[in-house]
Amino acid sequence: MVKATAATAYIACPACDLLHLRRPVPAGTTARCTRCATPLYRNRGRSLEWPLCLVLAASILFAISNLFPFLTLKIEGRTEETVLMTGIMALYHQGQLGLAALVLLTGLVCPLLQLVGYVYVLLSLHTGAGSSFAAEAYRWVRHVQPWSMIEILLLGILVSVVKLAGMAEVMPGVALYAFMILIFILPAAMVAIDAVSLWDRFPIAAA
Amino acid sequence: MGPISNSSSLTAAEAGLVSCHSCRLLCRAGDQVKSGHPYCPRCHAPLHPRKPASLSRTWALVLAAMLLYIPANVLPITQTTSLGHTQSDTILSGVVYFMISGSWHIALIIFVASILVPLVKLVVLIYLLLSVQFKWLWRPRERTRLYRLTEAVGRWSMVDIYVVTVLVALVRMDALASVTAGPAGLYFAAVVVLTMLAADSFDPRLIWDTAKERK
Repeated sequence: MVKATAATAYIACPACDLLHLRRPVPAGTTARCTRCATPLYRNRGRSLEWPLCLVLAASILFAISNLFPFLTLKIEGRTEETVLMTGIMALYHQGQLGLAALVLLTGLVCPLLQLVGYVYVLLSLHTGAGSSFAAEAYRWVRHVQPWSMIEILLLGILVSVVKLAGMAEVMPGVALYAFMILIFILPAAMVAIDAVSLWDRFPIAAA
Repeated sequence: MGPISNSSSLTAAEAGLVSCHSCRLLCRAGDQVKSGHPYCPRCHAPLHPRKPASLSRTWALVLAAMLLYIPANVLPITQTTSLGHTQSDTILSGVVYFMISGSWHIALIIFVASILVPLVKLVVLIYLLLSVQFKWLWRPRERTRLYRLTEAVGRWSMVDIYVVTVLVALVRMDALASVTAGPAGLYFAAVVVLTMLAADSFDPRLIWDTAKERK
């Protein structure tokens, strides 16, 4: 934990720039801007282990959901198994390179980077002071995060199942169950981390 | 730093400070310019008091998204072939199909995510841009909340793209039944990506800067 200096004793609202003195708030609550009500920081407790456990669990679930079949479709005796990559490859073979790339990025690459990034950042803070590389990594992970859309992907899958239910027999695979747990574990991990207090653990270079 | 009370009426910019966009560390604006390295000493993000060229970038992205919204809704998003019969569906005809077949909740999800959210998002961003451009003073607090909502909700429009992906993956039975992605898919994806980037490039602090200037 870095000693509070003038630079960390105050915080500016990200939405209206108003300066606030950082005061501790009760556990589980959020300090909000007095002028525009935007959340400033949250008290999630000091523990790094809890979000680290959740992120590790999410990584395992993510691996399962990409390695095992998602859905199995039966039409007139013929079966068709899919993983997420199947859909991306099918789009690619239809000449939809842009769509294939977007689904690959938002459904696979960004979630993977998000998980790997958080495991790395939390582990390096757990074992000692955050290095300058870890700070850089955390900054990039936070850029990637909005583009990791697994919860939206799950909604898309459920909608397609309803759409197909009329014309074929659709059976959920192991991956779908793993995925359903994942979309609760990953947001729980993100909620367990307050960005402002995580940044407090990184050293500030002398000017 | 001068004496600042718990909730001062001073902004970081007025105190000669720059709040890092990435890690929100307060840095002295003067020090950073003097050293020639306007980078955050904690996370190494480039420092600037406001998002650079926020208004022109956001306008450009919003206008591009508006143009692409038209082909995204007019052209077919999926083509379904079943026993030799081919049917093209636009986003809207997909919604109508779900309504007729009784899955009104699915119709509602697709309608909200694919038609309503992108449209409302564009309208809200244009309203916010105009309000900053013409220095309107009306309800900055509510406008800030509107911005935060727009920023949070935009990604959910991607749901239709995933529906198309799963359908294309599963229904590939050649002559029996097959689904191919239509040309609207790419336009629609572009609308979602561009509006997400537009929301990200808009700086809500501009709303408050003009309110202060006018006083």
